[in-house]
Amino acid sequence: MSDTILVVVEQRDRRFNRVSLETLTVAQAISAETGWSLEAAVVGSGIDTVAAEVAKAKVAKVYAIASPQLEHYTADAYVAALNKFVSAQQPRLVLMPHTYQVRDFAPKLAASLGRTLISDSIAYRKDGDRLVFTRQMFQGKFAADVSFSCDPPHFATFQAGSFRGDKAQMGTSPAPVEKITAQVDASAIRVKPLEIFKEAKQAVDLTQAEIIVSVGRGIKEQKNIELAKQLADALGGEIAASRPICDSGWLPMDRQIGSSGQTVAPKLYLALGISGAIQHIVGMKGARSIIAINKDAEAPIFEIADFGVVGNLFDIVPALTEEVKKAKSS
Amino acid sequence: MKILVCMKQVPQKDAPLKLNESGAWIREDVSYEVNEPDAYALEEALRQKEKHGGEVVVITTGPARAQQVLREALAKGADRAIHLEGSEFVSLDSFNTAKAIAAAIKDDQFDLIFTGLQSDDYGYAQTGVLLAEILGWPHATIIMSIEKSEGGIRLKRELEAGFFQHLEMPLPAVLTIQSGINKLRYATLIGIKQAKNKPLRKVAYAEVQSALGPNLQKIEKLYVPQKQKKTEMLEGPPAEIAKKLVDKLKNDIRVL
Repeated sequence: MSDTILVVVEQRDRRFNRVSLETLTVAQAISAETGWSLEAAVVGSGIDTVAAEVAKAKVAKVYAIASPQLEHYTADAYVAALNKFVSAQQPRLVLMPHTYQVRDFAPKLAASLGRTLISDSIAYRKDGDRLVFTRQMFQGKFAADVSFSCDPPHFATFQAGSFRGDKAQMGTSPAPVEKITAQVDASAIRVKPLEIFKEAKQAVDLTQAEIIVSVGRGIKEQKNIELAKQLADALGGEIAASRPICDSGWLPMDRQIGSSGQTVAPKLYLALGISGAIQHIVGMKGARSIIAINKDAEAPIFEIADFGVVGNLFDIVPALTEEVKKAKSS
Repeated sequence: MKILVCMKQVPQKDAPLKLNESGAWIREDVSYEVNEPDAYALEEALRQKEKHGGEVVVITTGPARAQQVLREALAKGADRAIHLEGSEFVSLDSFNTAKAIAAAIKDDQFDLIFTGLQSDDYGYAQTGVLLAEILGWPHATIIMSIEKSEGGIRLKRELEAGFFQHLEMPLPAVLTIQSGINKLRYATLIGIKQAKNKPLRKVAYAEVQSALGPNLQKIEKLYVPQKQKKTEMLEGPPAEIAKKLVDKLKNDIRVL
């Protein structure tokens, strides 16, 4: 057992997934508090560039775990490669972002080592010489403190937006990169991954947006979406919505924020007529700043907003759009 | 195809929840319903059976009250049910729950096992994947369509940000099903009547206990999350609010 934290960062198509920076942020904090050293690993094929990018972060070392069998993601190949690697390295803690890909392989990885995964954590605290993780239960109505009752390595994933990726410390010089050739037996891969595609024509990755203007039931009618679009355009942001708006077809499904849609952590989240049901809040509470405009002063969205306006969005939004345009042109 | 559907009973979405005396769990005197993603998993299994023939078996763990989700599934068209009955099952972690299910079905030969993609209470999103690992089967998660193909199945898996991926895999396999994959049916009166005569096998905790290990993780405490933000409320007529907001966008949030 080495006193090491291992962050398995995510890459897709050899591109570093920014959400991994959030995991590095929390790992750096745990490292500072425990004195455990911090290392990162990236898994795939032809990942030298991604590894070099990860090595800019303040980590002791980066492992590039590569094999032609890891070119296209499969849970089978990832688990085979990481099982061997984690068995050999024996880190105390293995941390990952709670992405769809990680959800697909991380429980299997932990179980293959006879260990467990605390998934979808939002915080941690050090309690004596052990770590306790906080996660949401009952759709966010409660929080729970969860701890490991087995030997390390301990596995945990963090919900997107729980930590700020831009707080990840960069190193003064690049960390050393060690290339590891993973031995993955082709016959162990039972799933055959085929093409990746989008169904919606203008599908947008809202997780990368810095400004999001989002509408809820309070927008009342489809034609009123235009008001929000104009504000989003003036701010240079993306338009998004809560689930009922997308279910009604007023905006495409890929604009949906929340537990069944995308989870975002933009610089600004402007919520228009959104009451703030838990299913929505889990998707946007990680925003750096939240402005909420709602006619109902009791709306739960005000619980998490930095700035709140109780009022009629149909009066306020056009005025705000004009004011933003003025500010931008001056 | 012979399909097993894992279903969970969870508190109703809008049920007011209270902590129990130990502070580690909720008070049980609330209304329960079937975990929504599991309802879609059941519907998908019924549709597959209608297309390809076979059998749909539903399984749940939990105290006597949990039998309700099995009864509803039988009324909708499932052929038989298995109830791992006992309050002990409530405190099992995902790994042990999966082990208990695996032990209970060891004499069955399923082609497919479905679960919902996650539960509305714990939200771990792990039991299905763990069950596959325990059984030594392949798995795929967050599935939006299932077609039978030569030698196996062809799937559509949801990725993030509006992306999907097609996969092919052999049977047997475990799939976790995304909500919205299909349109749910209602139980018919005839279905409800027939459900009463369908087989429901009860499995006691003692029967699967030898397959379980110690819980590897533990919920220490449950609590109402603290409000972390202080909200500054802005007031005035619309034009004034617009000016104040722009000031915040410039000087506090710094996006202008």
